[in-house]
Amino acid sequence: MFDLTGKCALVTGASGGIGGAIAKALHAAGATVGLSGTRVEPLEALAAELGERAHVLPCNLSDAAAVDALPKQAIEAMGAVDILVNNAGITRDQIFMRMSDDEWQSVIDVNLTSAMRLCRGVMRPMMKSRWGRIINISSIVGATGNPGQVNYAAAKAGMVGMTKSIAYEVASRGITANAVAPGFIATAMTDKLTDDQKEKINAQIPAARMGTPEEIAAAVLYLASPEAGYVTGTTLHVNGGMAML
Amino acid sequence: MSDIADRVKKIVVEHLGVEEDKVAENASFIDDLGADSLDTVELVMAFEEEFGIEIPDDAAETIQTFGDAVKFISQAS
Repeated sequence: MFDLTGKCALVTGASGGIGGAIAKALHAAGATVGLSGTRVEPLEALAAELGERAHVLPCNLSDAAAVDALPKQAIEAMGAVDILVNNAGITRDQIFMRMSDDEWQSVIDVNLTSAMRLCRGVMRPMMKSRWGRIINISSIVGATGNPGQVNYAAAKAGMVGMTKSIAYEVASRGITANAVAPGFIATAMTDKLTDDQKEKINAQIPAARMGTPEEIAAAVLYLASPEAGYVTGTTLHVNGGMAML
Repeated sequence: MSDIADRVKKIVVEHLGVEEDKVAENASFIDDLGADSLDTVELVMAFEEEFGIEIPDDAAETIQTFGDAVKFISQAS
């Protein structure tokens, strides 16, 4: 099950906790992985850890030209992009009344527009090869909303609508497009929370704990696999029951 | 037959998986050659790639038949 031997996957935000776990899971299933992110050092470290079949592809996702160039660079490095995982994301949290245009725009640009550009960039080669997997990492807050995250929630909800529309257009060509919506996941970001804060979060989660990056990676691995060929346009919620959608 | 027509025909045959003799001057991609809307977009993009030209969307809409494609590309390239 879930053998990705011979497939090439481009993962954005691979320097982060969830992105790194996704890259590792796809790599362990046999895929060649293109590790993208802004910070080169952690990407190099991950590539060194993975050994063969790992390529470092730095990219600043707020730079439209750089984003448009990334699929080509990935194809040059790996020979193809069969699987695209749009995982990179930023937050610029702010109470809505005080949210600036820049806080809104930068989150939309990096989280939504760059994902659109990458989807568009890989579409033609995927159409040609009659096989492809688009996996967009959304968020629970895209479905539920979250105070202080008007920009982030809008971008993450936008990804879901985008994913479904792409799924419609290319389903007849063997390409699937799906979203994964993580709940609270233990990463470097959540490590900063105090025990008290963590307790309050866990009290809202039926599973009574945060998820792990590996649990998100497992969802991505499934959607990337040949076995998931009939699954398209869906959002797989991985949130310990925090929101049953 | 011109070189352009040959190259266009090759793309159409390969992409739509049809017999070469079906690709007549007035053969409609959608009505006669079984293309769907996505195929027509892919054909236009394949023509752009093959001939190094840009085919704007409004021009692409006028390319309904094999003959239309050859005519447009001959003028554009």
